Amino acid sequence: MSTTDLPTPTVRPAHAPAGTGHLRGTRPFPAEARDALANTQLRRNLGKATGVIRAKRAAVVDEVPDWEALRRSGSAIKADVMARLPELLEQLEAAVTARGGVVHWARDAAEANAIVLDLVRAAGGDEVVKVKSMATQETGLNEALEAGGVAAWETDLAELIVQLGDDRPSHILVPAIHRNRSEIREIFLREMPDVDPDLTDEPRRLAMAARTHLRRKFLGAKVAVSGANFAVADTGTLSVVESEGNGRMCLTLPETLITLMGVEKVVPTWSDLEVFLQLLPRSSTGERMNPYTSTWTGVTPGDGPQAFHLVLMDNGRSGVLADPDGREALHCIRCSACLNVCPVYERAGGHAYGSVYPGPIGAVLSPLLTGITGEDDVNASLPYASSLCGACFDACPVRIDIPNLLVQQRAASVESHHRPTGQDVAMRAARVAMTSAGRFRAAEKGLGLGRVLGGRSGRITALPWPASRWTASRDVPVPPAETARDWFARTRPGRER
Amino acid sequence: MSAPAGARGSAREEVLARLRAGRDAGAPRTAPGPVPRDYARRGAHDPGSPGALDLLVERVEDYRATVTRVARPGDVAGVVARLLGDAGSVAVPPGADRAWLTGIGGRGAVVHVDGDPRPLTTADLDRVDAVVTGAAVAVAETGTLVLDAAAGDQGRRLLTLVPDHHVCVVRAEDVVGTVPEALARLDPLHPLTFVSGPSATSDIELDRVEGVHGPRRLDVVLVG
Ligand code: SF4
Repeated sequence: MSTTDLPTPTVRPAHAPAGTGHLRGTRPFPAEARDALANTQLRRNLGKATGVIRAKRAAVVDEVPDWEALRRSGSAIKADVMARLPELLEQLEAAVTARGGVVHWARDAAEANAIVLDLVRAAGGDEVVKVKSMATQETGLNEALEAGGVAAWETDLAELIVQLGDDRPSHILVPAIHRNRSEIREIFLREMPDVDPDLTDEPRRLAMAARTHLRRKFLGAKVAVSGANFAVADTGTLSVVESEGNGRMCLTLPETLITLMGVEKVVPTWSDLEVFLQLLPRSSTGERMNPYTSTWTGVTPGDGPQAFHLVLMDNGRSGVLADPDGREALHCIRCSACLNVCPVYERAGGHAYGSVYPGPIGAVLSPLLTGITGEDDVNASLPYASSLCGACFDACPVRIDIPNLLVQQRAASVESHHRPTGQDVAMRAARVAMTSAGRFRAAEKGLGLGRVLGGRSGRITALPWPASRWTASRDVPVPPAETARDWFARTRPGRER
Repeated sequence: MSAPAGARGSAREEVLARLRAGRDAGAPRTAPGPVPRDYARRGAHDPGSPGALDLLVERVEDYRATVTRVARPGDVAGVVARLLGDAGSVAVPPGADRAWLTGIGGRGAVVHVDGDPRPLTTADLDRVDAVVTGAAVAVAETGTLVLDAAAGDQGRRLLTLVPDHHVCVVRAEDVVGTVPEALARLDPLHPLTFVSGPSATSDIELDRVEGVHGPRRLDVVLVG
């Protein structure tokens, strides 16, 4: 029977359904942040780590004379991807298939998890080794595999620390950034069965303990699960950018490789990688290049996994794409630079955002992916997790206008409320002020918008590179820690609990 | 496709339909122009030039790998022998220049050639002390070596992954200045590994520690 005559139901862009995965926490940001602010150890760990990485990033960005040209190019490539996303994905699918890979499509997190579980079972595995991947964190793949009787071993050192500590990631790039060396030592001593009892907290010794712990797993693993940093539509080439070599182990040694990626990770051509492979490492770890980048195309006989599955996942991305401003959030290459320069992130830490995507980009991407369902949606509070100081835009290697998206999402948050409340009225007033030059000053003080709207746009037009390099790379003047909290206290009285 | 094609097929159609609708609904009012490409494709130094070689040495050493420069291919063997020290077993890809290893013959070190007589297994490689390979291209600005698994002197990916010590022989003419120059020389259909220093992690307080799962020691021999 042919189905071609049936009327085609109207298909709409969709948000990520609730229930599976980690795009929402359980408490609103202000409540989480208040608890985090009381944790002195956490703030000390975060302050130290983000300070180190800001300095490293600034140094290696400064030495690239064409940095601004690379940013503009990266931004334009991503805008082009969004305009052609379905076509590029079909092209990617055809190229991967032609080189021996199998492409699967997942509407949401639950479907992605189910596909991966089926594939692991079909490969005869009851355990998988995993490369750090935001997409699989987003879907809660590890829990889904576990529920299906498959053990998932995180192999990235920081992910291992998080997994062994029965903890949650708090940073895109360095998920255990909230842990210091002595805490990590304690976790290893407690959780690694064969660890040297004399283990010290020297980072080198800790890294060696992880190497020993995982080596046997790598050498015996049958199935690996990875994410992807980039997928090249015209060649079908996938790419994973990493440091430790755990990625290479997972991508090379097992018989079966399953890669789960959000649909927005596709880029049109191989030469587009020349832009992103320059932008990403300098912005993320503050290195000229990360230790290892692997690229592979389908299956290569005799070398690496002989079965390759690529799962292309929507999970709310189509909904974000439908938002003319919001779609810019899909440009994100997950470098984490915006987290490291954010004064709110530095104090509140990644857990306060609830979602696996923390920091400035998370504060917009999470509510964009899930949609804001109403005033009780914890993600409605995320767009307020910012002082709108603009540092995230300056740091972003693909020039995502995060401050603008924050303002847009604040508006969406207000609109989602069914009944006007005091909070709504305050936000509506702020919106009017933001869109009206005459009233702007009134809002400026409370919202810290001055630098964003006036300062930044002034710099872009009046101070092209190289003068702009100063603003792009200097350490950000830190607004008072209380700004965001005060804002909540003032605008959401009694709503924090 | 096989059995689940029905269910998965409908997911494919639905995801694509959603994305088409999203693409149109969120289209910017003004269509984006052509992608600007006014970044530098070439750097300050020509491929293989003395400036490119000096920069590569500086940048590779920054990652705490070593670089030894030799003038002629005939000088490689002596350097490789010194770098391998008392390694008892060495793996090489099938197309590696056998002359590279002539310096270690006298010590009775065992040389395992991948594919001769059989492909080396992960377990074999876990027992060898070092691997010696060539490289497809090196990027001076970033201190990056690129290994092309389809090239006979670089070999399958696991060769340069499992052993703890990698000696990489780079020819001067394969040293380019920038990342764009390197990508233009590479075939994306081959498995490629971009190597910038020994494996490392910054996961503990963002302190860079060399040597996690990949080779903990990386030595480069730059020829010419
Ligand atoms: S939004 Fe920009 S700065 Fe932030 S993680 Fe994404 S790419 Fe990096």
